[in-house]
Amino acid sequence: MAVQKLPLAKALNESLRKALETDPKVVIMGLDVGKLGGVFRITDGLQKDFGEDRVVDTPLAESGIVGTAIGLALRGYRPVVEIQFDGFVFPAYDQIVTQLAKMRARSLGTVKMPVVIRIPYGGGIGAVEHHSESPESLFAHVAGLKVVTPANSSDAYWMLQQAIQSDDPVIFFEPKRRYWDKGEVDTEAIPGELHKARVAREGTDLTLVAYGPMVKTCLEVAAAAAEEGKSIEVVDLRSISPLDFDTIQASVEKTRRLVVVHEAPVFFGSGAEIAARITERCFYHLEAPVLRVGGYHAPYPPARLEEEYLPGLDRVLDAVDRSLAY
Amino acid sequence: MTVESTAARKTTRRSSGTKRTASASTSTTKKATAATASEPELVQLLTPEGERVQHPEYDIDLSAEELRGLYRDMVLTRRFDAEATALQRQGELGLWASLLGQEAAQIGSGRALRDDDYVFPTYREHGVAWCRGVDPTNLLGMFRGVNNGGWDPSTNNFHLYTIVLGSQTLHATGYAMGIAKDGADSAVLAYFGDGASSQGDVNESFVFSSVYNAPVVFFCQNNQWAISEPTEKQTRVPLYQRARGFGFPGIRVDGNDVLACLAVTRSALERARRGEGPTLIEAFTYRMAAHTTSDDPTRYRRDAEREEWEAKDPILRLKAYLENEGHADAAFFEELEAESEALGKSVREVVRAMPVPDHMAMFDNVYADGHALVDEERAQYAAYQASFEGGEAE
Repeated sequence: MAVQKLPLAKALNESLRKALETDPKVVIMGLDVGKLGGVFRITDGLQKDFGEDRVVDTPLAESGIVGTAIGLALRGYRPVVEIQFDGFVFPAYDQIVTQLAKMRARSLGTVKMPVVIRIPYGGGIGAVEHHSESPESLFAHVAGLKVVTPANSSDAYWMLQQAIQSDDPVIFFEPKRRYWDKGEVDTEAIPGELHKARVAREGTDLTLVAYGPMVKTCLEVAAAAAEEGKSIEVVDLRSISPLDFDTIQASVEKTRRLVVVHEAPVFFGSGAEIAARITERCFYHLEAPVLRVGGYHAPYPPARLEEEYLPGLDRVLDAVDRSLAY
Repeated sequence: MTVESTAARKTTRRSSGTKRTASASTSTTKKATAATASEPELVQLLTPEGERVQHPEYDIDLSAEELRGLYRDMVLTRRFDAEATALQRQGELGLWASLLGQEAAQIGSGRALRDDDYVFPTYREHGVAWCRGVDPTNLLGMFRGVNNGGWDPSTNNFHLYTIVLGSQTLHATGYAMGIAKDGADSAVLAYFGDGASSQGDVNESFVFSSVYNAPVVFFCQNNQWAISEPTEKQTRVPLYQRARGFGFPGIRVDGNDVLACLAVTRSALERARRGEGPTLIEAFTYRMAAHTTSDDPTRYRRDAEREEWEAKDPILRLKAYLENEGHADAAFFEELEAESEALGKSVREVVRAMPVPDHMAMFDNVYADGHALVDEERAQYAAYQASFEGGEAE
């Protein structure tokens, strides 16, 4: 049967396996992706089945990993790079922003850069510093990159397939605290478009926009609000660049209120872009200013404080109440 | 020479400091001198005077025609370069990075390549581009400001110029890893300079290429200056010696000797093809011109140093050899001069006629598979432009 109930991590693993099976040019690269199967076991068993040439343990140097992936792409390969944790991507930031993102335009369209960079991101797992960050805006700001993040097992499986098939560089953010959440995956389904948002729960009073780890939080918010008689619509963005403003607009024209939720700091976060564009598109529909809930303008705090920093049920509900009170 | 003069300058500068600083600087200078003294000779096959000398490990046997070919390459490259500098002065180019003085390093290494090999240049490899058959005027688009790269790298297996230092050495290494995966026997030649040798990416490329035994040759043109900073600001050991710590051979070659550069690069590429891994070649040369047309070397280096290197000119020494050996006659040099003039003229004409791209072009090729925001902004900008033309606005 093609429908299985899989943890999000296992769905990613199955997706990588499928990619390795179907395209001989797919190469997985990263730290500890071989025998160990990655620190989160996303590549578990792949080196054993596909060999060290396809699933490559690299030296411990992120810029080197992405830089050589660019070279492999120029040679016709389709590298899927694993960055071990969000906070470790910055040594590779130069290669990603300066080289990977711009190569196609610089070559006047003669070069393609089918490189996927997988990054487990976000907090909520009690980790030490540099293991809980949400740097998606730093990539979405860069022309030439695409940025996506699944929120459930089915999207994890299919969006990774689509990212690998894309001829553009895709930064693939994986909500690490949701790795162990199970969901149905139909490996024979016809997937939706990679860069289209999804209405995860319908509602009429207010729209919550979220992505990655915050989708589950917002669904819980919507369930709690329903008990108080408030009908909340939840939009799972799925793709941050490009961003599906049409789906948000359609929702806001119906609910007239919008709250954007992400773990990343609010300041210059994706919520700011969404607020600006939706205000432009829905100025006469809005009953309240677009509100944002997210991290603070402070370094990601020590694990014992992260529940205070991360948007949780209460903070999102507070924003919902403030919006509805307008 | 350079090392002595910079060491001397350093001592002079520091002698005005406190006693403690002065004594510390003395020991620094001594150490630097000791390192310099232990440097092995560089590989040389043609002396500055144009005398052919033998080297026990590297030799090369070229016909008179091949020797004339190398000479022609260097002369035409220098002419192209001079033309580009002039075009910048005339306002036709925004900037130019001259290769003056580095012709032997570039032509020697460039002519060691096979067609199926792949080159990753910096932004100064005009001579290597020439060897690869890249239309020289293609190199000028970026400097004229009509594109940011502007050619298909796969046409001549010559990658786009890379401005951020050292990044391309990793691309070269990755490409070489791909060659190895394909089971092909091509090799990759990666260029960088003494300044870029300090970059993390260059050092990471040494690690990756060594660990994967990738068929890549690193060709470092040590032209003594990273804009205003002398090589001693980048390293305490001769650059080629760094290779040993990464587990592959390094060799210093006279970068103004086209024969030695050819012989050493050819040997390193063959080694890579045999699956024996990377090599670091340090071509010891000199940047005769400014870093770019925006630079002013009189602020940081002596005229005398340049004069010392003028005596080692790569073109003059090969000319002396060709003449002394009777490998080229007056007619050859006259014809080359005419060819050189014609090249200059055609470069001028092509550059001046180079079209400014259509203003919508900035939205092109941002993505291979398209992007909704780029489409939206393209349409907005087109509508804005059309609003000036009356009636065409959406």
